[in-house]
Amino acid sequence: MTCEPTLKPTPSQTVGPFFHGALLDEDRSELVPPDHPEAIRIEGTVYDGGGEPVSDAMVEIWQANHAGRYNDPSDRRQYLPVDPATFSGFGRSGTDEGGRFSFVTVKPGPVAGPDTGMQAPHIMVSVFARGPLKRVVTRIYFPDEEGDNANDPVLSSIVDPRFRKTLVAYDEGNALRFDIYLQGENQTAFFEL
Amino acid sequence: MTVRAGERDGPGKAGLSEKGDTRVRQRPTDETVGFRPKDNGQPPYLYQDYVATRLRAPKEPLIILPKTLSDTTGPAYGRGPIGELDDDLTRQHAGEPLGERIIVTGRVLDGDGRPVRGSLVEIWQANAAGRYTHHLDRHPAPLDPNFSGAGRCLTDNEGRYRFVTVKPGAYPWKNHDNAWRPAHIHLSLFGSSFRSRLITQMYFPGDPLFEQDPIFQSVRNRGAQERMIATFDLEMTEPEWALGYKFDIVLEGRDDTPMEDRR
Repeated sequence: MTCEPTLKPTPSQTVGPFFHGALLDEDRSELVPPDHPEAIRIEGTVYDGGGEPVSDAMVEIWQANHAGRYNDPSDRRQYLPVDPATFSGFGRSGTDEGGRFSFVTVKPGPVAGPDTGMQAPHIMVSVFARGPLKRVVTRIYFPDEEGDNANDPVLSSIVDPRFRKTLVAYDEGNALRFDIYLQGENQTAFFEL
Repeated sequence: MTVRAGERDGPGKAGLSEKGDTRVRQRPTDETVGFRPKDNGQPPYLYQDYVATRLRAPKEPLIILPKTLSDTTGPAYGRGPIGELDDDLTRQHAGEPLGERIIVTGRVLDGDGRPVRGSLVEIWQANAAGRYTHHLDRHPAPLDPNFSGAGRCLTDNEGRYRFVTVKPGAYPWKNHDNAWRPAHIHLSLFGSSFRSRLITQMYFPGDPLFEQDPIFQSVRNRGAQERMIATFDLEMTEPEWALGYKFDIVLEGRDDTPMEDRR
């Protein structure tokens, strides 16, 4: 097949404040049922640079399954199990008046890194909100993976330990907490893709 | 309660009270952060004239993310089955909505010009009077009981999508003195991987409101601005029924997956 020359991308624009009816009419925040034996709950609050909760944001997650395999044909590691019918790997949560979002999912397995070696278990995160003209992208890492986290190529590329720590969720017992600070001295580390 | 600068263009739009002098210049400035050659016409996070970016734009340097399976894969689509009338916003209620009936269609392509197939496109918009079906929209323009303003469809084998809807109206908001949003339709796209995820707005050709709209003007490159404007297309028009607009969308990245492997 012939391909056209490289095309310039369509610019991003803010999601605005009125996306709920179109994007959040279905609840996609539970990737597995809450009574799933391996279910974990992740919750957090999105804050702006003034420390106020962002009540009109949308958080999306994308992750591998418990074995570390993505539900996408591009992930060709057929020795790992995948079951699209029961685990899509995608989730979406709005934020409420208090800026809070939540997901019920399973902890993903480790995934191969950019070179040799593995990445620590992590979840990809996109945040859209009224205001930001394009999404911000971050990752959720797990607090019980200290060894793998220390060797993770992405985490260890962040020099400042304070900044690096913003990507690791906090274990609250019944849930993992992952707050997202869009701006300010506690700002979460965001990625350029 | 005081209204902070970053909230003055809040969802209340015309319904919010004005407190304090937080007006911004109407003309866009070049006070921007985040421009790099790689941005390829993308807007910056911080665009001072769009007040809601001021407290919500990250300021720390972005971390370069190396390509791994975590981002070269992506969701097929983010929802359950598409309903039969989800792509026709004029037929989702008992009666027909008021306004100018239009067809919005185009192709979703990756950076190499390949069609993005079987990919979810979600849209939302104001009604013909410039009012959203949303409890926080208090613009005193009429709601239309026959229009919800939300639609979705999957792209076909050529990457094509198609919606029937009504042309949305312009509406006032609180960003600056006498601010009006140009008529627009919001679009949400997934593409072939996590990297290609895009939420944007489609505008209509020749809109006199472009000049004073900081969201449109946040894209500084003229050629990139034009990539957000649909073209009127007589070919897409259905005679004695609906005007046709064409809007092709190019997503970041390329589809590295061989055709036969795609879902």
